[in-house]
Amino acid sequence: MRFSPLVAIVLGALLFGVSAPWWLGAYFLGVFTVAYYFGVFAMSWDLLFGFAGEVNFGPTFLIGLGAYGAGLLNTAGWPIPLCLAGGALAAVVGGVALALPALRLRGPYFGLITLVAVLLLLDCIVIFAGVTGGEIGMMVPDVLSISARVNYWYAFGFLVISGAILFGLSRSSLGLILQATGQDRIEAAALGFNVTKHKLAAFVISALFSGLAGGMLTFYEGTASVDTVVDLSIAVQIIIAVVFGGRRTILGGVLGSVFLVLFDELLRPIGQLNTFVVSAIALLVILFLPDGVLGVLLRPQEGR
Amino acid sequence: MLALQILIDGFAISALYGLAAVGFTLMFGVCGVLNLAHGGIMVIAGLVGWWAAADYGAGAYGGAAIGVLAGLVAAYVTYFAVVRPIQRSRVIPRAEEEIFLLTGTLLWGIMIQVGSDYVFSNNPVTMRAMIPGVMSIAGVRTPRNEVLIGVVCWAAIGLLTLLVNRTRLGKQLLAASINPRGLTLLGFELSRIYLVVWTIYGLLAGLAGVLLASFIGVSSANAGALTASAFTIVILGGLGSVPGSLIAAYVVGYAETITAYLLAPTLRPIPALLILVVVIYVRPQGLLGRR
Repeated sequence: MRFSPLVAIVLGALLFGVSAPWWLGAYFLGVFTVAYYFGVFAMSWDLLFGFAGEVNFGPTFLIGLGAYGAGLLNTAGWPIPLCLAGGALAAVVGGVALALPALRLRGPYFGLITLVAVLLLLDCIVIFAGVTGGEIGMMVPDVLSISARVNYWYAFGFLVISGAILFGLSRSSLGLILQATGQDRIEAAALGFNVTKHKLAAFVISALFSGLAGGMLTFYEGTASVDTVVDLSIAVQIIIAVVFGGRRTILGGVLGSVFLVLFDELLRPIGQLNTFVVSAIALLVILFLPDGVLGVLLRPQEGR
Repeated sequence: MLALQILIDGFAISALYGLAAVGFTLMFGVCGVLNLAHGGIMVIAGLVGWWAAADYGAGAYGGAAIGVLAGLVAAYVTYFAVVRPIQRSRVIPRAEEEIFLLTGTLLWGIMIQVGSDYVFSNNPVTMRAMIPGVMSIAGVRTPRNEVLIGVVCWAAIGLLTLLVNRTRLGKQLLAASINPRGLTLLGFELSRIYLVVWTIYGLLAGLAGVLLASFIGVSSANAGALTASAFTIVILGGLGSVPGSLIAAYVVGYAETITAYLLAPTLRPIPALLILVVVIYVRPQGLLGRR
């Protein structure tokens, strides 16, 4: 069994996830619910970054489009499933509109243009405050459920399905070609792969899952606000989650997200300094374990 | 009259943007490091300068000096605790050094922001003007401090230009930006040159932070926005090009000032972003960037 440590970790995580509602209180179930949505954000981001090698500073552009798209449709009276689909569509359309020109650029330039997309979205939300609620946020009429346990199952199910699809994609030919592109763009193109087409595909998939997760998060919290789905600090958290968990592993992002959200919660007694401590731990991990937690766990097996 | 006011106000803020961006672009040009803790370093300089001037009683000039020093110390810590370990790490692949530097400095920037939030709170603080009072320039009432800021910024930029173009040390910096390996072959210690760049960078960022604090005020919450604006200006001007950054700083500064005066202050950041998008599409290397 080549992937036995990975299988063991995944099985352990699944066991934990499935059994959690029986021994965790409503409060911690809520914490994990948020962490799972973040996990989907992180996995979508890793597909683009870890595999295609593109530093996307704008995951919250896609998430925000999904969240606000779903929220606006819901305000217009649409039922939740249609809103989620609409939000995901908005994220995909926005993603393509951003990716088509942005993929012509490389490295820091690509990073900056995605950053600019987020800043423009932020400004638009604030300027059209009459529709979007501006900096305060937008309440949505419907929520997924008011039971912490049901919400947890929604999030967990969504995480497992997204994780399976994204992980499968990363091990498929698409993932391999993306990885080749990330390592040597010219050689990948010389081998006959359409680099831009594959990167665009990765961007669309990333946008689809980010948008869906953004919409789900909106209907979990009952509100879409700049601070929870668009702000740059959310993008930073996603990036940290992926690098901490282990880039190019897809599933590592989930570990990183759970760590970030859980520790942020557990360290709340020390007040404002919790972000400081979490950032410091993540910085130490980057300095000393650049492959991330999952990367380290999987490494000995692959070395054999 | 309004045009003249825009001209004067825009000049001071643009000079400040230019000063803040020059260090950032120099750092990328010579060391290849995009320091995302840039805004954090400026904020530390501004906050410490304000604290020294107001609470510690060092006076306006003493506070400014202490603030610049704080910026320098913050830059050194960034270099020795974050950037150098990543550059020297054996486990980080060379090809991925850039993304690790980005993530590492980003994390460090957050630590600075949260740390200074904890120590100083996130209330915006404004340093007392170094020269109080107002003067009249062609009929426009202008605070003397604003004039001083424009002059100091340009003096600092001028000194930097002199240093780079006219001294032996400056020639080494230029050489390091063009071909670092060639320079090491000639027997120069590259790490010494990097240290020099970080020193210059720390002084420039510290000065920019202090001037910002005495002009429009700083707060720990600004750190991210300051980094983003320096990043924007530097990309617009062309990564690594000092004159390009200065031109870009003036484009951004005036675009913002004109929007704030003629349209609405809330729309202030938007034109700069749109200009940036257009320039990047048409000319990805920026105004004066080299490929």
